[in-house]
Amino acid sequence: MIHQGKKVIWSDYQKEIPDDHWFYARSCIRQNFFPASEKYFLKITKELLGKAICDNEHHTTCGGIAYHSDTIPQETAMTIIARQFAIMTEAGYENLVVSCITSFGNYNETIETWREFPELEAKIRENLWKACRREFKIPKYVAHASDLIYRFRNEIAEKARYNLIDRHTGQPLKIVEHIGCHYSKMFPHKGFGGAEYPCVLSGMVESWGGQIIDYPERRHCCGYGFRQYHVKANRGYSLSNTYKKFESMEPYHPDAIITNCPGCPYFLDRWQYVISEQTGKTYGQNGYGIPVLTYEELAGLVLGYDPWDLGLQIHQVAVEPLLDKIGIEYDPEAKYLGVNKEDILRPELPTNLKCH
Amino acid sequence: MIDFGFKINPSSTLDLDKADLTLYNKLVRMEPEARMCMACGSCSATCMSAEYSGMSVRKVLLALQRGKDVSMMLSNCMLCGKCTMVCPRGINTRHLILSLCRIYDKEGLK
Repeated sequence: MIHQGKKVIWSDYQKEIPDDHWFYARSCIRQNFFPASEKYFLKITKELLGKAICDNEHHTTCGGIAYHSDTIPQETAMTIIARQFAIMTEAGYENLVVSCITSFGNYNETIETWREFPELEAKIRENLWKACRREFKIPKYVAHASDLIYRFRNEIAEKARYNLIDRHTGQPLKIVEHIGCHYSKMFPHKGFGGAEYPCVLSGMVESWGGQIIDYPERRHCCGYGFRQYHVKANRGYSLSNTYKKFESMEPYHPDAIITNCPGCPYFLDRWQYVISEQTGKTYGQNGYGIPVLTYEELAGLVLGYDPWDLGLQIHQVAVEPLLDKIGIEYDPEAKYLGVNKEDILRPELPTNLKCH
Repeated sequence: MIDFGFKINPSSTLDLDKADLTLYNKLVRMEPEARMCMACGSCSATCMSAEYSGMSVRKVLLALQRGKDVSMMLSNCMLCGKCTMVCPRGINTRHLILSLCRIYDKEGLK
């Protein structure tokens, strides 16, 4: 790929990522949508790469959904965030790694706001002390969890069992990357590659052997947008956004989509079912959809973890065509067997979208 | 089809490469002045039926340039000619509307 013009300018948007000692802030909705993703982030970073990451059970939601849906004021959201910082400080950590893009945006927004308005920081410190007698230090580094995987992408590639290569054709798999809006659209200097050319996911895909698809609506929102989806009257707008993205990427025949946000994989995955029911259209090959994976799931797949342990049976779109292309071994019978091999029941099959 | 209580909204994106400009090109052949319009909106501001019907010469020309049907708007024009009097580019907008009506008549589109 020839790097010129704006791409060169935006390649200056880089950030230093400390090697070790991170406090992990989980996401409230990712644990429901993609339950194994966070588990495998910790497994990869702690067990495989040997990093010290603190996973604390006392932290809560960052309040991002309520804040962006206009149901709580910014000061309340800031106080919730201050409590997370306090828990991190009490645990003896200075680097914060955040699982959720919304939280990542909120943490950065809060820190930037306090930098601009120190009196507001003093007020929040007072609020926190009154509420729970806690004090905090502002983190030295705030990184998104995908930044860490990006930082260690080559180490993961060295340990990888599979490459993102179609074993039938020998060609790299065509992957669409979708970056959550709050990763670098709010604060471009906080993301690798800035707002226009964030390379956090494309870097992973290229290191693991895949090929990134550039398509017209690449930087378009997935359609979640809190006030669009959560209000039913606006939900058609959410769906239309996703539809626009799929229509734009369809001519490039992507094999999979990789995302780093809680909402994006959920909506890019589930809306494929709704679009297929409403229009009869599917975007994958042979009536299937395009599998949508989180970056932890993709990392887990190339590292050779069992797809069903990675929670891929929770996805609406069947992932089997992708697994077959990469050549990943899996047991179709074990798909709906949960922990302790208990049957977790089979979902009802869609009318038009082909599923297993 | 399952009723989810919401549906895909039609896109408002304009693809000018795909717009059908047949009507606009025919109009320009008959009324070259149509190209002089700078979309100032004086015609819309002075139009007596605009407030009640949405008629606007500016909108008519814009819609034609986007390949859209304007027959509904044309049917609301009273041909009073006030727009012609205020046009800063001196376009005979009344005649332009009449020519457009003739094109619609000829094409059997009305």
